[in-house]
Amino acid sequence: MGRDKGYTTVSIPTTLYNRIKELIKDTGFTSVSQYVTYVLREIVAEHEQSKTVEPFTEEDRRRIIEKLKKLGYL
Amino acid sequence: MVSRPHGGRLVKRVATGRRRERLVLETTEMYSLDLTYEQAIDTEDLGRGVFSPLEGFVVEDDFLSILNYMRLTNDVPWTIPIVLDVDRERARKISMGDEIALWYNNVPLAIMRVEDLYQWDKYKYVESVFGTKSPEHPGVAKVRSMGEFLLGGPVELVGEVETGLERYILWPDETRVLFSELRWRTIVGFQTRNVPHMGHEYVQKSALVFVDGLFINPLIGWKKKGDYRDEVIFEAYKVLIEHYYPRKSAVLAGLKMNMRYAGPREAVHHAIVRKNFGCTHFIVGRDHAGVGDFYSPYEAWEIFEEFPDLGITPLFIREAFYCRKCGGMVNEKICPHEEEFRVRISGTKIREMLSRGERPPSEMMRPEVADRIISFRKPFVE
Ligand SMILES: [Zn+2]
Repeated sequence: MGRDKGYTTVSIPTTLYNRIKELIKDTGFTSVSQYVTYVLREIVAEHEQSKTVEPFTEEDRRRIIEKLKKLGYL
Repeated sequence: MVSRPHGGRLVKRVATGRRRERLVLETTEMYSLDLTYEQAIDTEDLGRGVFSPLEGFVVEDDFLSILNYMRLTNDVPWTIPIVLDVDRERARKISMGDEIALWYNNVPLAIMRVEDLYQWDKYKYVESVFGTKSPEHPGVAKVRSMGEFLLGGPVELVGEVETGLERYILWPDETRVLFSELRWRTIVGFQTRNVPHMGHEYVQKSALVFVDGLFINPLIGWKKKGDYRDEVIFEAYKVLIEHYYPRKSAVLAGLKMNMRYAGPREAVHHAIVRKNFGCTHFIVGRDHAGVGDFYSPYEAWEIFEEFPDLGITPLFIREAFYCRKCGGMVNEKICPHEEEFRVRISGTKIREMLSRGERPPSEMMRPEVADRIISFRKPFVE
């Protein structure tokens, strides 16, 4: 997988690197990079959570509610 | 709040009013591409935000990224490329940058801006998506018959694919409003193509114990011979909900979406789609979206470990059966008894009995549900 341009490098302190290396022994993670990617994605997704924009105007919402009532959902 | 749409923004590319009228007029001057039913369904799902954040058929960079990494080029998880294929002859008549009209059933369905036109490696596609090259796999067989080129680019709907099932269908923007009106904060999605038996009810209710609402979302509009008709599935569920589910605990609505039989990858895809509908949780079944023996029973469960950022929580609930010693519906996880006490639910057996006009045993199907199905003169697709 890593042979094409799908990867890049970031720097982390060596102490942290070693700490993670120790942590992931005998787990499903096969490398520090894999672990860091996993954890970052988890946290980034959490941070993105607060940045949601619902695309509806009040008018859209009202029209949808009307339809939902007509179909018996509300 | 209901779940954040996948990729952060719910797509809705549906032209209305004056804009729609103008676009429809313009289609006469555009290159026209006639879509198959399946392509039309994909187009409609794209425009309606079912596949948010995709705004159209994938371009080559995303296509390759999905095959290689199960992610879009912006790192958002995505497991199945949504593609529009054309043969060489048609590809020759289309250029990048063109606006083309997508027609279905002699009616313009959408306008597409062609941002990419590329050849694809079908072997790589089937190996990545289906995990096999075997022509016995229906997905592989399908890909083989497709055109050599793919078109990528955003679509805007000017029409819809009529199925006569419109009264059963809700789109993501609609369910999101519905769930928030119902004051549901946690919602579990359930994917199905079948009439409900006791096993389904058990799995749904096991999940419902922990969340505010259940969203039952059958795939409709593409049935093959011998399947239960869409209307039958809906009416059967209505009866079940009316008799056996607390008020305002379940929403039933259909989804026009293609089945690809991609097992694990499709399980993730199904979860993403339900996230767009507003679900926070999704029930992943045994051999979810599988076919034949191509996937091991719990492969679809393992793949979720690769997505800590999926944004929807998969619920893995084991198949249910009736245990005479336990005296109720249970599963492997909670019943210690021998096989001789267990009544396994067989879809084939239920179907046979129903087609003879007989009620299946009450351990397998609610009598009200069975009666409703039997009340149809022709419950199966002919
Ligand atoms: Zn038991």
